[in-house]
Amino acid sequence: MPQVVFTDNIQRHVPCPPVEVAGTTVREVLDAVFAANERARGYVLDEHGAVRKHMVIFIDGTMIRDRMTLTDPVTPSSEIYVMQALSGG
Amino acid sequence: MSNRILAATRKGLFTIERTGQGKSGWSITKTSFLAEHVIMTLPDHRDGSWYASLYHGHFGSKLHRTVDKGETWQEIAVPAYPKQPEGQVQKDMWGRVIEWKLDRIWALEAGGGDESGVLWCGTLPGGLFRSSDHGTSWNLVESLWNDPRRQEWMGGGADLPGIHSVCVDPRNARHITIGVSCGGVWVTNDGGVTWECRGEGIWSAYTPPDQKENPNVQDVHRVVQCPSNPDALWAQHHNGIFRTTDGSATWQDVSNLKSLSPTSFGFAVAVHPKDANTAWFVPGVKDEHRLPPDGKVVVARTRDGGQTYDILRNGLPQDHAYDLTYRHGLDIDASGNRLAFGSTTGSIWVTEDQGDSWQAISEHLPPIYCVRFAD
Repeated sequence: MPQVVFTDNIQRHVPCPPVEVAGTTVREVLDAVFAANERARGYVLDEHGAVRKHMVIFIDGTMIRDRMTLTDPVTPSSEIYVMQALSGG
Repeated sequence: MSNRILAATRKGLFTIERTGQGKSGWSITKTSFLAEHVIMTLPDHRDGSWYASLYHGHFGSKLHRTVDKGETWQEIAVPAYPKQPEGQVQKDMWGRVIEWKLDRIWALEAGGGDESGVLWCGTLPGGLFRSSDHGTSWNLVESLWNDPRRQEWMGGGADLPGIHSVCVDPRNARHITIGVSCGGVWVTNDGGVTWECRGEGIWSAYTPPDQKENPNVQDVHRVVQCPSNPDALWAQHHNGIFRTTDGSATWQDVSNLKSLSPTSFGFAVAVHPKDANTAWFVPGVKDEHRLPPDGKVVVARTRDGGQTYDILRNGLPQDHAYDLTYRHGLDIDASGNRLAFGSTTGSIWVTEDQGDSWQAISEHLPPIYCVRFAD
């Protein structure tokens, strides 16, 4: 299953340990993560489900392209990193 | 009299109490959210709970609530904007797209005394939200958001317009007055079902002449209401000080430059809770300067409804001081004798004699956004 790793900096606000969840798109994977950790959703996504302006998500080293609906594909061996963008200060 | 102050700053929320110790007699007794950007706090005098709004650069705006004076905090919901109708794009006067997304919380106020759990929240980009359950959930006041005149609002000092003042009438909690930068003063008499933009008498120095008296372009920096005389409100405006005594139907320009000299610019205003003619301001040099006049921190006080002002400086720095006080940085307690204000350079002062003399509580805090007396 894809593995999801969150930035260290989110941990002091809401614990987000590395986790393996099923899914074939970023949306499916993150929905599965947040189903078990609902409070974390608002730290990564805005109220419409888009990636927050100053957050970035990488799949196997490549930044996702669809920040609005999160349709970028994910494979069972993918590593997904949820990180801060430097633009956020 | 209130013996506790909350100071929301760039690096945390500080609880300050009147301990009788130190030069000022006030001491910092607790630090919450150290290192976090706390942009607003609300002590709810109805039930003793406190709220804190955090603005995380990366993770968005968050709200927290404590029922034990900051010993423990619980994260609660933040206002959420609805999805914008398909195909609809809204732009500000510069053509920039206004997204229907919470940027930040700019105002947080308790509802009426008989409305347990009701909170009002003003935000950037201009949405007003109401909670009826202590912030567990929020609803956008759609009547105001969908008013086409709302799309004429523009940012003032920020890219986005925002609601910074919410005044709930103690006589009737359905009568609410809000202040918008830049969008003037809006009033509802039915709890937010319908709204009127009221500003007769308020004028702007920064618009073309034909827009000078347009109530919807006025950059009111802060609006406060006298609790014992709710028809009396004061507005610190971008180019002056205005006052109404008829519930915002008409406003008078009370920028008496002679006694306010040299400036009527500023952000903060406080009104005496029992005397609507008495109000305090923290002046700054106008527009882009935003500094204390001549490097001297002063407070202006009127006791006659703005006809004359006393310039108060006893205990305030008078030599190369560059402290600016933001719109939520000045507060007065329920007695009307104690005031406190904080600055962008981390100073916070308190008076126990209506401003005749001031004491520095600290001069080394992070930049201060909001100062409020708490129970």
